Amino acid sequence: METWQFLINQGPETLKLAWEHAWVVAVAVTIAIFTGVPIGIWITFNRQAAEIVLYIAGIIMTIPSIALFGIMIPILSVFGYGIGTVPAIVALVLYSQLPIIRNTYAAIKNVEPSIIDAGTGMGMTRAQVLFKVQVPMALSVIFAGVRVAVVMSIGIGAIAAYIGAGGLGHYIFMGINQTYDAMINAGALCVAVMAIITDYVFGWIENRLVSKGLRT
Amino acid sequence: MIELERLTKIYPGSTIPAVDSVSLHVNKGEICILIGSSGCGKTTLMRMINRLEPITSGTIKINGKDLTPMDVIELRRSIGYAIQQIGLFPHMTVFENITVVPKLLGWDKKRMSERVDELLTMINMDPAIYRERYPRELSGGQAQRIGVARAMAANPPVMLMDEPFGAIDPINREVLQDEFLKIQEKLKKTIVFVTHDIHEAVKMGDRIALLDAGNLIQYATPEELLTQPKNQFVKDFVGADRALKRLDLLKVSDAMMKNPVRCSTEDASEKILERMIEKDLHYLLVTAPGSRLVGYVNVDMLRGHKGVVGDVARPMSVTVRPSQNLKDALSKMLTYDIGIVVAVDDDGILQGVLNSKTLVSVVGETYDEHGGHWGKITTGGRIL
Repeated sequence: METWQFLINQGPETLKLAWEHAWVVAVAVTIAIFTGVPIGIWITFNRQAAEIVLYIAGIIMTIPSIALFGIMIPILSVFGYGIGTVPAIVALVLYSQLPIIRNTYAAIKNVEPSIIDAGTGMGMTRAQVLFKVQVPMALSVIFAGVRVAVVMSIGIGAIAAYIGAGGLGHYIFMGINQTYDAMINAGALCVAVMAIITDYVFGWIENRLVSKGLRT
Repeated sequence: MIELERLTKIYPGSTIPAVDSVSLHVNKGEICILIGSSGCGKTTLMRMINRLEPITSGTIKINGKDLTPMDVIELRRSIGYAIQQIGLFPHMTVFENITVVPKLLGWDKKRMSERVDELLTMINMDPAIYRERYPRELSGGQAQRIGVARAMAANPPVMLMDEPFGAIDPINREVLQDEFLKIQEKLKKTIVFVTHDIHEAVKMGDRIALLDAGNLIQYATPEELLTQPKNQFVKDFVGADRALKRLDLLKVSDAMMKNPVRCSTEDASEKILERMIEKDLHYLLVTAPGSRLVGYVNVDMLRGHKGVVGDVARPMSVTVRPSQNLKDALSKMLTYDIGIVVAVDDDGILQGVLNSKTLVSVVGETYDEHGGHWGKITTGGRIL
């Protein structure tokens, strides 16, 4: 109840923080999609590269987010972006790589060889087989990876407030400092709601993009 | 039409050729079957034609034109390709699947649309119902039909088919085979068809190439392969029942007695009964004017009857068409436990009569090339 009261009183501030949060996540995930999907596709051609890339992405996933932000500060300070939204976006892009790359790679690899054989045998070029057959067939699994990345990024994005990236994490950290429960709860609630809504929206987009023929 | 000259395939890292200097010519408009047990190289040989398998040595010519310098992509688009796993694209509708090659070739929308309707009609699938369906909404047999239609979409003169009916249950397979043969009769494609099923080979093939360990063992018509197997391997492969397999090759019209004894519906029962007793006939076919088969009468049915034959005639429980093969006919005879079956055409006009004795003599001819039984049976021609 107290949380609710807090949110009503702090309406404009909450919306501002939510907007910051969403913006950081949106930029990060967009970059992650445009890097992760091509990398995922590329490594289907090269088994060795696939092993290395998936290994590295896996290691990045295991670094605790707070530590990753910490590591980023001295590195990005060189370019004058030690704190703020830039390190937050970089960290989220890195975290998003594993689900996106792994799903892209697995989905494309899983397309039945006979279907690829049929495409090749009918005179499709390698690129046509990839973009007209493999990618459309892999789309829903790629999307599943993107959804994981988005939800995860919204969660980790809350921690980015710690390095001055703003967002809903601000409430959580301030609330902890001031032992103000309502503030902590408000921050946590907003993050959760944002994650659920975004996941739903991506589910809707997925439904639009993925062929009806692939629905089970 | 298709000429394979000393075609050899050695896979990297292997010393034994998968296909060993195979030469064979496929005539225009014929179905050439490549057959053999698993690993004999039949699929590899077929896949070398559209270069899904790179050629180690040898040449392939289509219409006298050497394919070696041809662009692989262009080559494949000009050859129809159907496989056992069908390989329909699940994210595309039936329409989109069929138009894959036409689209690659840059056909316009209208032409593609007309072509799809034409093909669907040809394979007995209503375009209005199936055009927009997805592969998962099709039965196995329907999907296989679409697979074949897709291979034919751009009207390629040459088609490669790798066990296209292999994944279908036996009943549907027969239906699809018959359907395909009917289509082929009209379209006269030059087809290289891979199978491991000798029954299918005999039924579908104009010529059969039997391969073993990458070598061409015998290349002959089905008839020749069954009657004159070149060596023990071929004999073993076609099976001890090769005599029976010949029943697949021969049509009812080849063995039936034409112009069989019959009477008309208008004939008086008493008169016919008298003649039947006189000639010691147990039964007699009854036709209406124009030779349309009505049925049959036997002595018991006519005894004491005062009207015309048409009043008592009973319809036949089963008939065959002259174009059916003898195996189907024999199967019907066994199923209905009858020694004689009547052949009528699609309009119900009496064409002839086939009896079990004829069938047996036909089987016997496998070993006795110019058997003398035929004459006796086909000289019916009496009319009561």
